[in-house]
Amino acid sequence: MSDHFQTLDHVSEAVDPALGDTAIQNYTINFGPQHPAAHGVLRLVMELEGEIVERCDPHVGLLHRGTEKLIEYKTYLQALPYFDRLDYCSPLGMEHSYVLAIEKLLNLEVPLRAQYLRVFFAELTRISNHMLNLGSHVMDVGAMTPNLWMFEIREDCLNFFERASGARMHSAYFRPGGVHQDVPLKLLTDIGDWLDNRLPRLFEDAISLVADNRIFKQRNVDIAVCSKEDALRWGFSGPMLRGSGIPWDIRKAQPYDVYDRMEFDVPVGTNYDCYDRFMVRVEEVRQSARIMKQCLNEMPDGPVASLDRKVVPPKRGEMKQSMEALIHHFKLYTEGFHVPEGEVYVATESPKGEFGVYLVSDGTNKPYRCKIRPTAFSHLQAMDFLMKGHMLADTTAVLGAMDIVFGECDR
Amino acid sequence: MVTAVHSAPRVEPIEGLAEAIRSALGDAVFAVKDAHFELSIGVERERVAEVLQTLRDRFDYQQLMEIAGVDYPERAERFEICYHLLSVTKNHRLRVKVRTDEDHAVPTVTHLWPVAGWLEREVFDMYGVLFEGNTDLRRILTDYGFKGYPFRKDFPLTGYVELRYSEEQKRVVYEPVQLAQDFRSFDFMSPWEGAQYVLPGDEKAHGEAPGAPTPPPPSPPAPPAAASPEARTPKTTEKPEDTGAGKPADAVATKRSRAKKGDAEAVEAETVKPARAKSATAGSDTAETKPKRTRKPKTPEGDA
Repeated sequence: MSDHFQTLDHVSEAVDPALGDTAIQNYTINFGPQHPAAHGVLRLVMELEGEIVERCDPHVGLLHRGTEKLIEYKTYLQALPYFDRLDYCSPLGMEHSYVLAIEKLLNLEVPLRAQYLRVFFAELTRISNHMLNLGSHVMDVGAMTPNLWMFEIREDCLNFFERASGARMHSAYFRPGGVHQDVPLKLLTDIGDWLDNRLPRLFEDAISLVADNRIFKQRNVDIAVCSKEDALRWGFSGPMLRGSGIPWDIRKAQPYDVYDRMEFDVPVGTNYDCYDRFMVRVEEVRQSARIMKQCLNEMPDGPVASLDRKVVPPKRGEMKQSMEALIHHFKLYTEGFHVPEGEVYVATESPKGEFGVYLVSDGTNKPYRCKIRPTAFSHLQAMDFLMKGHMLADTTAVLGAMDIVFGECDR
Repeated sequence: MVTAVHSAPRVEPIEGLAEAIRSALGDAVFAVKDAHFELSIGVERERVAEVLQTLRDRFDYQQLMEIAGVDYPERAERFEICYHLLSVTKNHRLRVKVRTDEDHAVPTVTHLWPVAGWLEREVFDMYGVLFEGNTDLRRILTDYGFKGYPFRKDFPLTGYVELRYSEEQKRVVYEPVQLAQDFRSFDFMSPWEGAQYVLPGDEKAHGEAPGAPTPPPPSPPAPPAAASPEARTPKTTEKPEDTGAGKPADAVATKRSRAKKGDAEAVEAETVKPARAKSATAGSDTAETKPKRTRKPKTPEGDA
């Protein structure tokens, strides 16, 4: 330490500062990898000048598991649960892209009820994801209560997932050709009741605490402003892109499943800052509830998976009765189905943005290559650009507004 | 053209886009492919930045969503780099592909889209593809100090090193991978759809050692033209005489079984004979029209 002071003395003598001034150097700190506001294992190497961030270099990959490589060694059906484990806060959003990619390669028709169920649960996923993100964003900038209330809603969502699929988080509910199993009527009526009563009450209560809150606005308004052009250049998608004022939503622009039958609005930001991103998500929750109600009203009866027995295995009860079903059941759960040669890039509007799957098939029962396009990767890359000139304490607000989950970013 | 019945995101194809791109880019584009409802173009590696700039500025593909690497080890230029472009104004997606190998660098596009920085870093990290002009080509997803390119097809799934916390050394140590059991890889090729493997015990079926006795010449295979229509004749029995079973038992026959034994023999001699004769003629009729298929002789080829 004394050496350090000596060098400082030397420096100050050299430049001959005025009395009381000390020459300071830029200061490099590590944010994370174990930091509660980093939303996972993110290491930010930050160069500070005083409290102002000069440079921010995110180090990602601490949760890299080689999912894409593992998928190359699994059949198409076995690879599906890996998608739950990418973005573990919105598992069904990830599955959606993958099953649609397979169906696109197979050009497989999905029964209408299955499409409605998928849209229904994808929107429930969006609600549960936004509950986690909005809550933790609020908590990162200092408010405790809304997070607890929103976790209450998220808990309800997880219970609904459990009743539909048997698993609270890693549902593996969407399957190539439809969904795994039909839902009981009681579940649908319960969710309908929840959408009408519990969700709006809890959610609006929690948001009313922060939306017009002076402290919350001070921490978020005019933080990390990103123009439309920059948002496009940095590959933003989802609420980040809409927060920058571009009305782009894949559900509207390139509708998949039955989104073309749904009526919903796409919220956009006007100031392009963290507060806008937050409020875009808040409005998306309301729109998701609206879509879910439409699904409940319109959902027809019928099969919940394609009847193409070369792709979708028969149910267990049928398997016990019919020899043909037994053969299909055995073949599909051991060998799996073969997908015609080709390549597709299928992107859906996951709660966090454009989640894409680039699937290359060589005609066998395993994907030749499955490239996953995470949303967080390009958002996080813009950290340096967004953080430049902001205070250190704004990092958490910027990260919170990005909605980053490392399972998906690092794959 | 196949009609789309899938429910994946529907993108309207743009009429004449492929021709427009071809005429605008000239010989930089060497392949245009429209498959699975998606358009992809293959371009020259050296000119990819120029091509992408044209696509961004003149064809309104504002966003670069993804750069994906794919490894085809059997090709001379084994890596394929796929740029996925999105136009938010024309609502269209386009894939641009270039090919490269371990030694030849691909021009960077970081000056066109800053997002390309990490995407290129990821391809470099996973495949070892170099990007010329990318000033920050560090590894990104793998561990600090990682060696090798894990997504190449010749890189084992388990990797080469594993790490654990060592209680003696009080730090994380790296060790060579030790598997408790071999990685199980199942082969799902069906034997009658072109599997190329040799079954245990069949190793000597071909390529015998020098000095081995000359194998008997294989009998000429049956002409395929004759074999294939035979297999397609429907194996149905539509008429009773096709079965060769003769007439069903009638009232006389049932009566006979209850009669005395001596009478029964006499009755049998009278009634059954004509029926048998009839069935014999029916059989000979079918024999004339449809020769009975001879069993193919077993050849050594067939055994292998």
